[in-house]
Amino acid sequence: MTRIIRIVRLALKSLLLHKLRSGLTMLGIVFGVFSVIAMLAIGEGASAQAQRQVLELGATNVIVRSVKPPNEVAQSSANSRVLQYGLLRSDFKILTKTLPTITNAVPIREINREVRYLKDAMNARVVGCTADYLDMNHLHLTQGRFLTGSDQEKLLNVAVIANEVANNLFRYEDPVGKSIRIGSMYYTVVGVTKDRTASAAIGGSLSGQDYNKDVYVPIKTLQVREGDLDIKNQAGSMTAEHIELNQITLRVNDKDAVLSTAEAIRETLEQSHPRTKDYAVVVPLELLKQAEQIRMIFNVVLGSIAAISLVVGGIGIMNIMLATVTERTREIGVRRALGARQGDIIEQFLTETIVLAGSGGLIGVVFGLLTPITFLGIQWFVQNFVMEGNTVGSDVGRMFFDLQPQIAFWSLPVAFGISVTIGIISGIYPAISAAKLDPIEALRHE
Amino acid sequence: MRLAAQVVDLTKFYDLGSVVVKALRGVSTDFPEGDFVAIMGSSGSGKSTLLNLLGALDRPTSGQYILGGRDVSTLDDDELSAMRNDMIGFIFQSFNLISQYTVLENIEVPLLYRAGYPPIGRVEREWCVELANMVGLGDRMDHRPFQLSGGQQQRVSIARALVNDPQIILADEPTGNLDSTTEAEIMDILHNLNAQGRTIIMVTHEPGIAKQTKRQIMMKDGLIESESVLEQYLPTR
Repeated sequence: MTRIIRIVRLALKSLLLHKLRSGLTMLGIVFGVFSVIAMLAIGEGASAQAQRQVLELGATNVIVRSVKPPNEVAQSSANSRVLQYGLLRSDFKILTKTLPTITNAVPIREINREVRYLKDAMNARVVGCTADYLDMNHLHLTQGRFLTGSDQEKLLNVAVIANEVANNLFRYEDPVGKSIRIGSMYYTVVGVTKDRTASAAIGGSLSGQDYNKDVYVPIKTLQVREGDLDIKNQAGSMTAEHIELNQITLRVNDKDAVLSTAEAIRETLEQSHPRTKDYAVVVPLELLKQAEQIRMIFNVVLGSIAAISLVVGGIGIMNIMLATVTERTREIGVRRALGARQGDIIEQFLTETIVLAGSGGLIGVVFGLLTPITFLGIQWFVQNFVMEGNTVGSDVGRMFFDLQPQIAFWSLPVAFGISVTIGIISGIYPAISAAKLDPIEALRHE
Repeated sequence: MRLAAQVVDLTKFYDLGSVVVKALRGVSTDFPEGDFVAIMGSSGSGKSTLLNLLGALDRPTSGQYILGGRDVSTLDDDELSAMRNDMIGFIFQSFNLISQYTVLENIEVPLLYRAGYPPIGRVEREWCVELANMVGLGDRMDHRPFQLSGGQQQRVSIARALVNDPQIILADEPTGNLDSTTEAEIMDILHNLNAQGRTIIMVTHEPGIAKQTKRQIMMKDGLIESESVLEQYLPTR
């Protein structure tokens, strides 16, 4: 043990003789290890982000959404100007009645309407839903109550508004108890929901949801007041769509039953929608598994890119050690003359490379641990100098700003181990060539 | 009289492909304990080759080199290293100190390579300090080689040569890089060592230095041309 300490101490002495050179050589390894850890942390963060988004949808949920059928199909079926598609109330009934594994189900109807309070107005998404909606979408209330079953039964004109809507319409007033106008009808505000970060689009069939401009009303009330026909005036032309439900969110009683239930839902809907596939079944759990696979691929790709930089660092070490051996030929000769065996010389040079690579690895690990902070800095820089303070619109942009790198702690010892291994590998050849020098020649070397 | 080292009919040929260079062509001589020998000769006479063989840095083509009761010519590389470490103290013309080490650490270097790698403890360290004091560098033990004059560096290398208490001390032109004052100082130290019973074999081409030794060996064309012993040192048998 004391011998190891002695050898390492002597190696340090030799390395400190050329501080700048040793430092620069070490940099290769520092950056290699840093990038391995950083890349994996970003990969891990991205996958955690994807997982979080999926979990927000609910791991035990199955989401069925109405999808506008492709144009050709629509045209052939639409003799009238009204495009009729999507989930039906009867679908909701069949699904809830026939599938025993479903514990909760929420029918959802979404329309865009102007919402008005006195002189203030804004466009909002009016969501017709039931009491379970709150819980199943992980929404929370800041004020008042959510919709209840009796609201539905009595067809009450009540509304729960999202925080942003409340801020826009009721700047200096308490919204609860006030009447707002939605379309041509008046609704009494009974509650306000808390802000919730928008969910990003997942898998194409589910677009991103911004919960902050929502107004929730009882679905039965909405049906009675607004009907199923949604007429939009756009740029002079008029489109009319007949949709009963935009979405059905179903909760399954057991995580293990989610996939089989989803299968049953698909089969059931296939029977009631035989001609066109005007709906999509989104299973967050399936997405979660996909996300997991993507994460693996992500990690491997990012990890390999980072590993390449480690190898480059290793080549740098080898290069310098070979130069060092030439430069220190005389010293090697002296040591041999004073009794050093070939093994001693190998040991000495190998220790130097290992110390070099090892300390580079340690510094790299420390830098790697700072990845989240560094990334925050990059985000801040992009926000202030590239985006110039504008908010991002695209999903990719939002993904970038939402991303929080998570250090994979297994990557610390792995990256450090790889750096030491690379140190050994790149040190072996120079060390052996040093040991193989003829002592007489080495002593004569200038 | 006990022998410190002995060479018997030593030859060394270098095969350069087209020609074979016969650097040594059969050299025999004895080095009794307490001897102080100067090996002289022009360049190409074989004196460097002889010194390399005596220093166990190389193996002879034929012949025997007995050092400490063992025939060095049959040893493998690791055993040669062990011999150099244990039996031989080197003093070089260009000092050959390790530049990143202090004076004390330089003296310790041969201790690093002792058989079995025993730890360098307090006893060893005190011995190194004693050696440093002996060569007159007791107040400069923390200095680096570049902070020392040539003569001081050579003293460090003498201390280093002594640290493992060797059988013989080999000095290769120990005063070749020094001015006459320091030359005298170094020779004084060597004389003192010899007076304490150390066997010193020195290569030099300066007759003035060679005259200060007990015995001179003149080399020519790979053979010992002549040997002269100062009268007062003639063996009394």
